[in-house]
Amino acid sequence: MRFTPAGGRRLIAGIPTVWLLLLFLVPFLIVFRISFSEVRLAIPPYTPLITWHHGSPQFEVHGSAYSFLFTDPLYISSYLYSLKVAAVSTLFCLLIGYPMAYAIARSGAAWRSLLLMLIVLPFWTSFLLRVYAWIGLLKNNGVINNVLLYLGVIHHPLALLQTDFAVYIGIVYSYLPFMILPLYSNLEKLDVTLLEAAADLGARPLRAFLRITLPQSFAGIVAGSLLVFIPAVGEYVIPTLLGRTDQLMIGRVLSDEFFENRDWPVASAVAILVLMILVIPIMLFQRMERRELEASK
Amino acid sequence: MKTRGLFAPVMLVLGLVFLYIPILSMIVFSFNNSRLVTVWDGPHSPTLKWYVALAHNEQILGAAWLSIRIALVSASGAVVLGTLAGMALARFGTFRGRVLLAGMTTAPIVMPEVITGLSLLLFFVALEQLIGWPRGVGAVTITLAHITFCMAYVTVVVQSRLIGFDASLEEAAMDLGARPVQVFMRITLPLILPAIASGWLLAFTLSWDDLVITQFVAGPGSSTLPMVIFSKVRFGVTPDVNALATIMVMLVASGIAISTVWMRYRQKRRERDVQLAAAANL
Repeated sequence: MRFTPAGGRRLIAGIPTVWLLLLFLVPFLIVFRISFSEVRLAIPPYTPLITWHHGSPQFEVHGSAYSFLFTDPLYISSYLYSLKVAAVSTLFCLLIGYPMAYAIARSGAAWRSLLLMLIVLPFWTSFLLRVYAWIGLLKNNGVINNVLLYLGVIHHPLALLQTDFAVYIGIVYSYLPFMILPLYSNLEKLDVTLLEAAADLGARPLRAFLRITLPQSFAGIVAGSLLVFIPAVGEYVIPTLLGRTDQLMIGRVLSDEFFENRDWPVASAVAILVLMILVIPIMLFQRMERRELEASK
Repeated sequence: MKTRGLFAPVMLVLGLVFLYIPILSMIVFSFNNSRLVTVWDGPHSPTLKWYVALAHNEQILGAAWLSIRIALVSASGAVVLGTLAGMALARFGTFRGRVLLAGMTTAPIVMPEVITGLSLLLFFVALEQLIGWPRGVGAVTITLAHITFCMAYVTVVVQSRLIGFDASLEEAAMDLGARPVQVFMRITLPLILPAIASGWLLAFTLSWDDLVITQFVAGPGSSTLPMVIFSKVRFGVTPDVNALATIMVMLVASGIAISTVWMRYRQKRRERDVQLAAAANL
């Protein structure tokens, strides 16, 4: 469509492109470049890329930050632990979110908008405060332990806080809406006549679900899972407030390298390696997003 | 179609309970007298003392004021840039740089925040080395960072709204001789105004709420509200934070309630207008 003259169009597309090139793409190139430096006591605290020797430029590329990451088992175990936590949390989000999205998609029109609002509403209130609320619920003299003690189910408080369990709860709780919404928009479009046909032909509900509903909502499952998994790998707030102190997730390691150790090259190398793990899921997500938008045309 | 089986509805109810119990517990314990937060001090509760303490907490009030100002500017900047990007992606067909722009607007949504934060800080430091600006980090760098990650969300909202409408209205106006600026002001803008409004609110909320990216690009003396809250709760629960959370939840809930009622009212009025017009034509 010819919407505006070429000059105007170039400006409309150009301004956000230049902004994102400067503040999104270039920063990543800088991280990449600093990950190949060495730390030094100066401002800025890393070795320059080019040094001048008698008027001729010399490139200084160091791989020490990366070799450091691969020799210290702390980093490898943090990577693996982050992937495990993100995968388990994504699975639980899916198991809880799918029936919820299904129930909303199958409810009457009047209920549907109210239920969707209830799903989205927590998202509008502070993420940090909602994670913080779980400290009060999970700690030793917290609400859950007090209730269980009162009911006589347990006789000593359970150690719930600073466990893997607490991190799973925190991530599932915070990211559940991101799983439900894409699933809902997929299940809402589901052709119910197919299900009726299957029932008429004698398929039992479970079989109809496995053969019709599940395959048709596959795109929603992938989109929701990626929306949970990718940010969860680098999650910082939830494991810091609720998680273990003896096993850190990689987002916390990155932050500590930067703020506590002031080692910019190692922090950058950690970021680059996280990105390399996530680049395939991120590109998959972008492709799904594009298809979704094109399908709605 | 009616749902067969109770499994999904039961899961829905349990899931909603799961989503709301933490929020409700914060509200309840904000009225608790005990400093122990989760131990209910029956004889002396409910009390408003944590709200009073909050009203006298200069640090929290100052941080909240800074956060509001940053969120206002960031949301407005993000809306301008995000609307431009959304229009380009929805209306310009294929153009040079389209894949680049589309990729750069969806990536920030899923990108782990520690990586975005680190890269932005290193960028600002390198920029200062190069051109002497920005002088150190603070409110300015926080705002630039917030505009960048918020505009991605605005782009998606505006883009999907524009795709929902076909371009025939705009084309008709062009055919009738309207200039591009007129087309935008008279047709495109009114069409996407709801998307712009919800994009602005979304951007405001994201900016107001952000901790991780902000921590990287903030300097001494520019602590936003989430930073102050985080440094308080990192070492345990504090009752005045419960009071703060309650106030924020109430503000959001009443805002949403008001907008819902208003939208219902407008819908009703529109339906009545349509009916009146139909009756007049009979």
